Amino acid sequence: MTAQVITVTSGKGGVGKTTAVANLATALAMDGRKVVCIDGDIGLRNLDVVMGLENRIVYDIVDVIEGRCKLKQAMIRDKHYNEMYLIPAAQTRDKNAVSPSDMVRICNDLRPDSDFIIVDSPAGIERGFRNAIAPADRVLVVTNPEVSAVRDADRVVGILEAEEKGTPLLILNRLNPTLVKSNDMLSAEDVLDLLGIQLVGIVPEDENVIIGSNRGAPVVTDAKSRAGQAFRNIARRLQGQDVPFMDLTSQGGLWSALQRLTGRK
Amino acid sequence: MNFFTRKKSAASAKERLQLVLIHDRTDLTPAQMESLKDDLLKTISKYIEIDHETVQIGLERDGRSQRLVADIPLRSSSHHRMG
Repeated sequence: MTAQVITVTSGKGGVGKTTAVANLATALAMDGRKVVCIDGDIGLRNLDVVMGLENRIVYDIVDVIEGRCKLKQAMIRDKHYNEMYLIPAAQTRDKNAVSPSDMVRICNDLRPDSDFIIVDSPAGIERGFRNAIAPADRVLVVTNPEVSAVRDADRVVGILEAEEKGTPLLILNRLNPTLVKSNDMLSAEDVLDLLGIQLVGIVPEDENVIIGSNRGAPVVTDAKSRAGQAFRNIARRLQGQDVPFMDLTSQGGLWSALQRLTGRK
Repeated sequence: MNFFTRKKSAASAKERLQLVLIHDRTDLTPAQMESLKDDLLKTISKYIEIDHETVQIGLERDGRSQRLVADIPLRSSSHHRMG
């Protein structure tokens, strides 16, 4: 077994990177995969709260790098999935405590015992971003259908290509089908045309995402959530399955409301 | 523009992004682009007569790559003689 390292990044902050990491990791674990998540946002740790593991942290990634603990000691096992782990970011230390080669070494140490290693990149294109992409076999860029997020995503795609990390795959997060329909939101086609990269999934705006974060239980565990379904589909695609894209246009219509009522979804 | 004739915002977003992305990707500001055009036309004019009114020079996107596209009509020599 040798794990694939997937880095999730975005350029702009607040587009849903951490949520995407927590959900993809959980969806992969639900499919029986061994997953390790690494929070790459030194100083602004967040993946732990989104995954509901904040009370279990003893050691963090900087403790591993500086030799205060073994790698295994910094791996926090998930509450529900025995084969999912989190390596938390350090909260108070200097950002330069981690280097790209540290990330490569840690991921190489983890590879033999896992299927997927998912790295949550910080926002921006500075050191933390460089660290996060260094070990990546594949990069996912998260964006929202908004001018600022798309512009920043394009910068990141350009850097990844210049660094010969290959062309990343796109997660279009928080799409509002009603606004797209009334031509007041960029459509998935618009964003793909602008960025010129391939899509791995579209996640509709869904209040259940916040509810999941509040509880520390990623939305993929909610069988009825549309966003959860979208993340489960992306996880399947990452495992090499050919999953058709969801039809988002029907959301909110009378027919789908009736289908939801009768539980046929 | 009033409420009824106003373009829907998604179309504005796309149009504006198309321009911004081209400049971001090429690292060329609109002002630099203008001076590039001027220099280009000046150089060409040293050899051939150009119809300055109808010249079109701009950056175009093709997937993830950009190209500089120039359409530079020449003044015909007969037109020149008659004029």
